[in-house]
Amino acid sequence: MKLVSKEPEGILSEKWTNYKSSVPLVSPANKRRIDIIVVGTGLAGASAAATFGELGYNVKAFCFQDSPRRAHSIAAQGGINAAKNYQNDGDSVYRLFYDTIKGGDYRARESNVHRLAEVSTNIIDQCVAQGVPFARDYGGLLANRSFGGVQVSRTFYARGQTGQQLLLGAYSALSRQIAKGQVKMYKRHEMLDLVKIDGHAKGIIARNLITGEIERHGAHAVVLATGGYGNVYFLSTNAMGSNVTAAWKAHKRGALFANPCYTQIHPTCIPVAGEHQSKLTLMSESLRNDGRVWVPKHKIDCVKPARNIPEQDRDYYLERIYPAFGNLVPRDVASRAALYVTNEGRGVGKTGVAVYLDFEDAIKRLGKDTVEARYGNLFEMYQRITDENPYEQPMRIFPAVHYTMGGLWVDYELGTTVPGLYAAGEANFSDHGANRLGASALMQGLADGYFVLPYTIGSYLSTQIRAPKVDTQHPAFAEAESEVKENLSALMNIQGDRTVDDFHKALGKIMWKECGMSRHGERMTEAKEKLGNLREEFWGKVRIPGRLEEFNPELEKAGRVADLIELGELMMDDAINRNESCGGHFREEFATEEGEAQRDDKKFTYVAAWEHTGNPAKAKLSKEKLKFENVELKTRSYK
Amino acid sequence: MQLTLRVWRQSNPSAKGEFENYDVYGIDKDMSFLEMMDVLNQQLIKEGKDPVAFDHDCREGICGSCNMYINGRPHGPWDKTTTCQLHMRAFEDRDTIVIEPFRANSFPIIKDLAVDRSAFDRIIEKGGYISVNTGNAMDANAIPIEKEIADTAMDAATCIGCGACVAACKNSSAMLFVSAKVAHLNMLPQGKVESGERAISMVNQMDAEGFGSCTNTYACEAECPKGISVTNIARLNRSFIGASIGG
Repeated sequence: MKLVSKEPEGILSEKWTNYKSSVPLVSPANKRRIDIIVVGTGLAGASAAATFGELGYNVKAFCFQDSPRRAHSIAAQGGINAAKNYQNDGDSVYRLFYDTIKGGDYRARESNVHRLAEVSTNIIDQCVAQGVPFARDYGGLLANRSFGGVQVSRTFYARGQTGQQLLLGAYSALSRQIAKGQVKMYKRHEMLDLVKIDGHAKGIIARNLITGEIERHGAHAVVLATGGYGNVYFLSTNAMGSNVTAAWKAHKRGALFANPCYTQIHPTCIPVAGEHQSKLTLMSESLRNDGRVWVPKHKIDCVKPARNIPEQDRDYYLERIYPAFGNLVPRDVASRAALYVTNEGRGVGKTGVAVYLDFEDAIKRLGKDTVEARYGNLFEMYQRITDENPYEQPMRIFPAVHYTMGGLWVDYELGTTVPGLYAAGEANFSDHGANRLGASALMQGLADGYFVLPYTIGSYLSTQIRAPKVDTQHPAFAEAESEVKENLSALMNIQGDRTVDDFHKALGKIMWKECGMSRHGERMTEAKEKLGNLREEFWGKVRIPGRLEEFNPELEKAGRVADLIELGELMMDDAINRNESCGGHFREEFATEEGEAQRDDKKFTYVAAWEHTGNPAKAKLSKEKLKFENVELKTRSYK
Repeated sequence: MQLTLRVWRQSNPSAKGEFENYDVYGIDKDMSFLEMMDVLNQQLIKEGKDPVAFDHDCREGICGSCNMYINGRPHGPWDKTTTCQLHMRAFEDRDTIVIEPFRANSFPIIKDLAVDRSAFDRIIEKGGYISVNTGNAMDANAIPIEKEIADTAMDAATCIGCGACVAACKNSSAMLFVSAKVAHLNMLPQGKVESGERAISMVNQMDAEGFGSCTNTYACEAECPKGISVTNIARLNRSFIGASIGG
């Protein structure tokens, strides 16, 4: 399939301004007649739905949670980047653009990323106007902190709960539109299929999760803001309900899925404690501003209490290997370094699969009160989970799956390959390349929802002003609905002897081992076979209790796991195809002698977009060549 | 550890619920409470029984989904802790743990431990926002806000909307929830314009939803997993009375 990126012509810094000045508009009278469906109410979805409502469109918003306020954006801790240069430390739109392109290992589209950097400043203004209580200095002005992979302080934050405050801001804007009747909110609803008429997205099939009823919803355009697919690894920092189903169903209806192998392993999470573990908890990257990462120099010391290991026997390996960035190297670099030292047998804690993040020096330098003011809530959370006091002994941390850069392929307008279907936030692939910098996910979610989609969707909707209200009696709806019902009945009728969680854990183990921090072509080929077998076994042996027409969380999970298994197969294809190491994708065969990632710009400066062929094991690859007109491709060095 | 769980089972909103006892084995003290519930549910499914329905999502204490009433306390025995962050080291081997849903007339039971808290969303819809459309904002640093005010607003804004305050209150009052949102917004310069109307219409909606009155027992503050202070209730009352008299 030919992929048209629709990037505007002209100078990079003028593209978005020119685009906005020339994009076709939809008049207020016409907006009143146009319906938009938004699936997902995290930062991207809630901000998009609210803004569409403000503009006068009729919006139907959907979330599977019991309230739009519970979307998983709420759990983001550290902050949100913006090129405000309030610190006068030399920041600019160009630098934020450059850092993001470089951080993404030169695998993102220049024009999209520049636009993101441009609107970043508007986001902060908008959020403050909504009453988001960002941290402030004593003069009453906004405070900033620094994050991994950059040398300026451009991160705005609200204690360790930035995602919560930004989401509650977007939720409040959404609630205002719900009260006005511009947005109709469908809570505890899950999208189970996309409906296409004459090739265009015209609606969705959703299941009411309380009654089990299958519903048809029509609209002139559909926006998926359904988050990432980190739960393919079973253990991740994602919420239990986070899933790929909406995006996957769209993929099966013709939307290409881009760069699925680009997953982010976050370096600072609380390590796995045992087999019972159901999810992993992040400790914000902001901790690396003041905490120092180390392991013992000698294996023999690993079992000793940390405080009994003298300074000269500690290896502050990030500071040693990467003196320029030290503990603030980007996430992929920090994660791999942790993997290496634990593989050498120098890991700490009961399992030996952890490294220390130590605040001893910070407490000496700043005092306990300052450290508590900065990170108190994170320390408390750590202590509740581990029963260890990080003021007295170092935290134990280890990398965990956190974010997925891949997602539905979108053009400059955030349109997928299905006309009328858009993807925003983590659900699309667009801005982070092969690795996302810290505090950029919140920025992208809100950029897409508040400032990008409200313009770009007009380009499509201006062609729909004569289209009548979508008739959900159209045969396409009936057909999609009956497919959904058959699929659900098939799941219920298996009545095997293994639980959904059994399969989910089996999937997660394969993915983490072979498609996690360190990957190898041959092993992944074998792993893909295993996934195919797992898929067959799932459809033969899964057991789902209860009935279709009731509140049935096990049935919800089963549908999601079925889709995640298929996605896992595609991730393997993508990771096998990409014979290079870049960002979060590290292939053991493609490394320098020092063990650093080795890109192959000649062969792989492209977006890999996969088309569903009807067989999950046989997706078809299309390529979008990435053009770099403003940035020179370099080896990322943080040394 | 080995535990006996006494769990509220109710198949649908109109069914008559009852407690059922279950024994669970091999519980590790490092498990979270919900991981212990996962063990129970896996066991029930394998026995061909219906697993216990409960709400949960982030499992890191921030989304506000989880809501179990454990041994007579919302979110269980640990202070300032959500159910998902409660860990099994809070209990002793062979304990019996009583697990109920958050009970309030305004939170109808959906199934077992899952309740419908959409009344909270409807209260927010009545004024839990600042009326500013996208694109109308001035520069974020145009209005300096005293650090102390910003911090106090943030304290109130950390409410996760779980409903523990309602479940803890003998009157099922939602005053702590409502006051946290009103205080957060009314304290900030951006929120002042609509402060009186916000207080009145959110309180009116709270009453319309059937939440009870506040009789200052402070059980809400004691049980709030985020430590939201009852000072916010005083702030709400001030806004409400000021606006009522002024209006």
